[in-house]
Amino acid sequence: MRDDPLTVYTPESPLRQPAKFVRDMIADLLASRELAWRLFVRDLSAQHRNSVLGYLWVFLPPLVASLPFVYLHSTGVVRMGDTPIPYAAYAMVGTIIWQTFVEALNSPLRTVNAARSMLTRINFPREAILLSGLMQVGFAFVVRLVLLIAVFVAFAVEPAATAPLFFVGMLSVVATGFMVGLILTPFGILYSDVPHSLPIASTFLMLLSPVVYPTPASGVAAIVSSFNPLTPLITTTREWLTTGHAAHLGGFILVSAMTVTFLVFGWVAYRLALPHLITRLGN
Amino acid sequence: MSADVVVRVERVSKKFCRDLKRSLWYGVKDTAADLIGGRSSNGLRPDEFWALDGISLELARGECLGLIGRNGAGKTTLLKMLNGLIKPDTGRIELTGRVGALISLGAGFNPILTGRENIYVNGAVLGLTKKEIDSKLAEIVDFAEIDDFIDTPVQSYSSGMQVRLGFAVATVMQPDVLLLDEVLAVGDVAFRAKCYERLARMRDRAAFILVSHDTDQIARVCSKVLVLDLGRERHLGDVGEGIRVYHELSRPRDHTSSHEQSAEGTIASIDRCDDTVADGGLFTFSLSLELPEPVNVADVRVIFWGDDGLPALDAYTRTQGSSLRLEEGISVITLAVGPLRLKRGGYTVSIALLNRANNLHLYWGDRIRTVDVDGPMTGAVPYTPPICVSVDRSDVG
Repeated sequence: MRDDPLTVYTPESPLRQPAKFVRDMIADLLASRELAWRLFVRDLSAQHRNSVLGYLWVFLPPLVASLPFVYLHSTGVVRMGDTPIPYAAYAMVGTIIWQTFVEALNSPLRTVNAARSMLTRINFPREAILLSGLMQVGFAFVVRLVLLIAVFVAFAVEPAATAPLFFVGMLSVVATGFMVGLILTPFGILYSDVPHSLPIASTFLMLLSPVVYPTPASGVAAIVSSFNPLTPLITTTREWLTTGHAAHLGGFILVSAMTVTFLVFGWVAYRLALPHLITRLGN
Repeated sequence: MSADVVVRVERVSKKFCRDLKRSLWYGVKDTAADLIGGRSSNGLRPDEFWALDGISLELARGECLGLIGRNGAGKTTLLKMLNGLIKPDTGRIELTGRVGALISLGAGFNPILTGRENIYVNGAVLGLTKKEIDSKLAEIVDFAEIDDFIDTPVQSYSSGMQVRLGFAVATVMQPDVLLLDEVLAVGDVAFRAKCYERLARMRDRAAFILVSHDTDQIARVCSKVLVLDLGRERHLGDVGEGIRVYHELSRPRDHTSSHEQSAEGTIASIDRCDDTVADGGLFTFSLSLELPEPVNVADVRVIFWGDDGLPALDAYTRTQGSSLRLEEGISVITLAVGPLRLKRGGYTVSIALLNRANNLHLYWGDRIRTVDVDGPMTGAVPYTPPICVSVDRSDVG
């Protein structure tokens, strides 16, 4: 007789057995790596197979997003403040950080929604969907890095000595976006209000955050930006790459610590919510 | 728990909500209740109903349970709970070993990718490692009969090819419990036969739960049956009795489609109509008819319809070289059809009385009555005539 695992399903909250719950979380996360990779490769190759421009679509969004600001700044219509490096490179770094944040923010809801038919029919480690989404975010960032290097070379900008920390900053940027997106996912699966409002909210937030302009020193904008948790994330990440002087390091560490805490909460909520969401989705 | 029981379901219930907005809100509330470690109420909230109510069953390795019931009886809901996709609202489910489910074939197939790429994706979804899939690839391709198309995008596959590929991938994982939701209804006859053969080979190692509307399939494959009706257990156990209960449930409750009419000036009424017929027995029927004028040559035609809506029997005096002569005024027409050699089940009866001169109906009763025929339990078609067999030993000198 084999020693077969016993699976039990009851109405009780799985949190009543916290040790087992944590064990299952870790086991599923480990078990989902292979599937996540498969799903990532599947989506990536399917995405660009029926497209003429192909991987160019990864470059275009940050390029197009930063061009209007470069134009406005260079023609003098809007003064963006003094930047430590040429404005075009400055705006490009900002938009690449921002685009990666927005992609991480949208990733959980987008991937879970795309996997609806699988979720309602097959039992597999649910973390795989999230992981494959993270892989997509990471891949898009790596491709944009090429764009960033090209811009730095073109404007003869020398990266700061702290440049390797830029990747630590990006990790925190991705984790924060992903954490917010993950917590919104259960609502977003049930109510279309969430996917409708996400693009609007992120456009609005981008203008409130120091993405294409330096942190304001005075006025209302300075107060708003000091309360904006994204300010330390974006500025610290950018400063590590460009000047090496991180002015909001304390804020960065605080936001990162909160992100880790809420990320675990979002993961627990995601696991608990899925059976209920599938019940409500039907087929 | 006895050693070979692999599925144990104890008083399991599941409630659903009729109203969408409420349903979504309950989803939020249930999730929140789980998050704080509490429990939502056991009773029904407004607009809720029991999609499954107090279901218990046990299944051992080597057993196959047929799950039957009309649409909306809760069959798929039960399978989804057994597969862990949704949580029960009451009760407890215990499963031993690896659980395989074919709730939908080809879920996770990406149409743009090739068959080979999809095999790896689908295999990973079902929990197989790349190594396992590598070693089974040839078997999968061979079983699915798609060798020439393995590097073609799945979107150019026929639906039959997609089904074959999905079944082939899902069954190589060798589960201890296999849940099948009407998936064998698709695919052509030859492939279905192949699927049954594969299931039969897996059977001594695994327990199956099979959802099907095809009672012949159930009778052929299953060792016991659970009949569900609006979420409640109507029968659990013997296959033959279960199929009988299911047919009872499937019978239309009112004869909305029944229709009766007579020619102008003609008055007809049914005097007697058998509602049960034994195997090999006669179906008898009599009709009173009042005619305004005589009819020289009249024909009678009786049609039985099976529960699938297809004709099962057609008896017509004209094709059998007989007829009636009817006088003006009242006559009583009696008829007997048989001996009936039909598969067990309920049949709806249509009876026509025709004037051969102008082929018009004197009386037409379309699906006016239901008759229970107590024939053999199984049969691929309704007609199940007696069969005589003998053996000759020619080598005995």
